[in-house]
Amino acid sequence: MKDYKKDFPLLQDHSLVYLDSAATAQRPYSVLEAEQEFYKKSNSNPLRGLYRIGMAATDAYEGARERVRAFLNASSTEEIIFTRNTTESINLVAYSYGLTRLKQGDEILVTIAEHHSNLLPWQMVAAQTGAKLVFLECEKDGSFLEKNIEAAVSEKTKLAAIGHISNVLGSVAPVEKIIKLVHQKGGVVLVDAAQSAPHITVDVEKLDADFLAFSGHKLMAPMGIGVLYGKKALLQKMPPFLRGGEMIDKVTREGAIYTQLPHKFEAGTVNAAGAVGLAAAIDYMEQVGIENIQKREQELTKLAFEQMQQIPYLKILGSTKPEEHHGILSFTIEGVHPHDIASILDESNIAVRAGHHCAQPLLEYLGDKVTTRASIAFYNDEEDIEHFIACLKEIRRRMGYGD
Amino acid sequence: METRNFYNTILTEHNLHPEHKHVLKDANLMLEGVNPSCGDDIVLQLKVEDGCITDGAFEGSGCAISQASVDIMLDLIIGRKKEEALHLAEIFLKMIQGKATEEEMEELEEASALSDISHMPARVKCAVLGWHTLEDMFNDN
Repeated sequence: MKDYKKDFPLLQDHSLVYLDSAATAQRPYSVLEAEQEFYKKSNSNPLRGLYRIGMAATDAYEGARERVRAFLNASSTEEIIFTRNTTESINLVAYSYGLTRLKQGDEILVTIAEHHSNLLPWQMVAAQTGAKLVFLECEKDGSFLEKNIEAAVSEKTKLAAIGHISNVLGSVAPVEKIIKLVHQKGGVVLVDAAQSAPHITVDVEKLDADFLAFSGHKLMAPMGIGVLYGKKALLQKMPPFLRGGEMIDKVTREGAIYTQLPHKFEAGTVNAAGAVGLAAAIDYMEQVGIENIQKREQELTKLAFEQMQQIPYLKILGSTKPEEHHGILSFTIEGVHPHDIASILDESNIAVRAGHHCAQPLLEYLGDKVTTRASIAFYNDEEDIEHFIACLKEIRRRMGYGD
Repeated sequence: METRNFYNTILTEHNLHPEHKHVLKDANLMLEGVNPSCGDDIVLQLKVEDGCITDGAFEGSGCAISQASVDIMLDLIIGRKKEEALHLAEIFLKMIQGKATEEEMEELEEASALSDISHMPARVKCAVLGWHTLEDMFNDN
């Protein structure tokens, strides 16, 4: 087994057990070096400079776009828009597509499991256009019943915004099925791939997604770089989201002619070093191999899952099958508040997330308003899991319970 | 990395067996305190006669730190004058910022067991919820 921790500066400290990769991943040396290399060797404003390093910066930035295109299997780099993160990508679609295309009587379909970032923009679109927000509910294990999906989609469904993998339960939503159904009824689908892109193959052509959003930072890239994929035919008809520099062909006193895709949606100076870092993260990911990543994450998740099940008073949310969790294990311990669990684990330098995970409607629905979440990545190891489990076993005793 | 341990016996005892967690029927001051981001929620109830806190209780739910802290606070302030209680609140808030002297810490008695929370910025709001609610209650009245 390769020691992946060697590739990550922060994981050189073996006393740290990092189990919060679903919030943000760690970054390997190669990503940090690529980002720094950009600033050291080609720092200048991309797409503007008519001099050598300016062209080098443009090449680096556009090269990163091509890298992302290949990663998502999109047909053209015109379909790859760089943003700050998933949230901005979704807002772009909400403002530029949702507000301009939806109207009273239309429906926007989301699932109850959405992260707030794939819910609040649609609440805004619904409030401003008069469209109705419709919720597709999941079962307690995170799965969706076929009859519920069929009942939720109709001719009124003009847009569906679906999280690919739940950040609370780790379960995969049946996006292909939903996309097919919504397309049959004439609507479009946005896939929130924030939690899926780092863990499973995301192929926009195979999915036939109309829009797909993900964040670089969950995929080991720097913070502040994200991606929106959109079908060219849709993006072409959409007005810009933000207006400003380097997104125009011509500007007069009264107005402007906007430039072509993808730059129409990238107003202002871009995060070129971040994009270069994202390309390096994808390179690193493919070098490890998505199959190896999945295999390793499954092994470690199974190990943690099976031992957690043995701990009295501990309940894991979602599926009873560890392989359906994609490294995400949200849990409760009877009688101990999740914030206390996280603080006690932190005393042993174990990093987990506690709270509502930006998914309050789902937690309300599941009946556990707050939970603790451990999220496992391929660069974790058995030692991390053992340390985590050993500390978990002590928590109730530490809180003064006799058992 | 230093090992921190603020889940000491004093804190866990007050969390598991809070002496003052009940309804105070003859309370004449009552105020709710909430930390929206983490869901800590308490209702502080006091009986104040001639400027003296003759009885007190709380209800609510939340993490161990928020619940234990308010129970410890009630232990300390019941039987004291309003001014004394506000003085203790001031010292407690100073302690949580890591700024209280040893003499001041002694005044806090059991509440000084929460001093380590000053190293845990994310949990400060849990520890001070009861004390802030007390301050708000008196400042509004």
